[in-house]
Amino acid sequence: MGTSEPEQDKQSAPHELRPAWSLPAGAGDTIAQDVEWPGQVTREWAWGGSTGAGVRVCILDSGVDPSHPLVGQVQRSVAVSIGEDDEVLVEDDAEGDLCGHGTACAGIVRSLAPDCELISVRVLGAGFTGSGGVLLAGLRWAVEQGFDVINMSLSTTKKQFAGILHELSDAAYFRRTVLVASAHNMPVESYPWRFASVISVGSHEEPDPLTFFYNPSPPVEFFARGVDVDVAWTGGAHIRCTGNSFATPHMSAISTLVLGKHPELTPFQLKSVLYLTATNVGGGR
Amino acid sequence: MSDELKAAVAAGVVGSEESFRSLLDSVVEVARAIFGAKASSIFLLDEETDELVFEAVAGEGADTLIGQRLPSSTGVAGWVLVTRQPLVIEDVSNDPRHSKEIAESTGYVPQGLMAVPLLHEERALGVLEVLDRPQRAQFSLVEMDLLSLFANQAAIALDLLQRARRAEVVLGESGAGASLLARLAATVQSLEEERREAALELLGGVERVLRRDEGG
Repeated sequence: MGTSEPEQDKQSAPHELRPAWSLPAGAGDTIAQDVEWPGQVTREWAWGGSTGAGVRVCILDSGVDPSHPLVGQVQRSVAVSIGEDDEVLVEDDAEGDLCGHGTACAGIVRSLAPDCELISVRVLGAGFTGSGGVLLAGLRWAVEQGFDVINMSLSTTKKQFAGILHELSDAAYFRRTVLVASAHNMPVESYPWRFASVISVGSHEEPDPLTFFYNPSPPVEFFARGVDVDVAWTGGAHIRCTGNSFATPHMSAISTLVLGKHPELTPFQLKSVLYLTATNVGGGR
Repeated sequence: MSDELKAAVAAGVVGSEESFRSLLDSVVEVARAIFGAKASSIFLLDEETDELVFEAVAGEGADTLIGQRLPSSTGVAGWVLVTRQPLVIEDVSNDPRHSKEIAESTGYVPQGLMAVPLLHEERALGVLEVLDRPQRAQFSLVEMDLLSLFANQAAIALDLLQRARRAEVVLGESGAGASLLARLAATVQSLEEERREAALELLGGVERVLRRDEGG
């Protein structure tokens, strides 16, 4: 973590099969944890003093407007599309943001984690037809890059994509890439937020950006600020927005703060920290 | 398809486009009324051209927008369609670029809009938008849920409309006869009793003449 290049252990393909080695007798030392967990995990322990420095956050969305003062520096912007021979194209993107939503997400993450690295992966704009394939290709590319956090304020209802999305989500989980995905509050099946390997996010109505709740009745695992959020938008604008898609970057940002301070945490450990520091669990302390 | 089946299908399809369109009109009217909004519209995804088409509009733009087209994966409506995520935005007019785009697509610049995808089973069929609710108080998640309920109804209506259109195409391809007979049947059915009996008598006569000709 902390460099622009993917780490060595994140270089391999996401579908690489790794053996599940057993632990021989007396080898407990080999997996000693270098994190000393306190008796009580507090927000101060979890992210006190963190600015998100060294954490690479990917915004998988409509692009990001790099000229917006609330967004700051965008490390890299790419656009994903499918070529004529069904090949995946990942090209440098100079289009900016084709909706405004990606800029809003980037601005939210930047406001809470001012020193993180932001990377924009644009999966919109090439038409609706084929957008499911572009979304998958974009996510696969992002997982391959080994980003620490991938913000996905989107979902698909296509069952044909569910299996591969599930695989990608699990691959990310085991490669220490945290996928943060918007939950869907409509009466349809959609993915990937339903998968246990992602952090799924719905909205609460409180105004504090660091207030978040653990949901003891999944599939939605956390509720974060998602109502009347003042966000950056294209054209240098500020607008007020509501939706789970704005709650999601709040959880991405909090995850970024935690990983900035504790880069060794796996997604499983990170989720545990988020659980213990949730407003309704640790009392927001 | 047998002739009887064709006639039966045609009878079900003819005139149904108008009914489903009325249902969509009613959905946007009710959505507009419930939210006290200036306008409400439904976009249908045209898969052939990969564009969003205004299918029903209530309020501002109702006279001019039907049939107008937008890109399917850019702007707020495109984002909502592709990501399947509902979105509420206020103070849209702060954004000069999008104000222009929105004005071109809606006929005026709204202050705020709610947009929700129209999902039926696995498919994303279009987008429902509600423009300019008057209340500027804090948005509530209850309104979001209400919008989703409307979206569900609109999605069902859109699905029926698309089925009716597909059936019309199939009937059109298989000859004009079934369609003509179905229209005739629907017309006769709608007549007052006295005229209906007279029409049936007349049609019965036509049938006898035709059968005699067939017999040679």
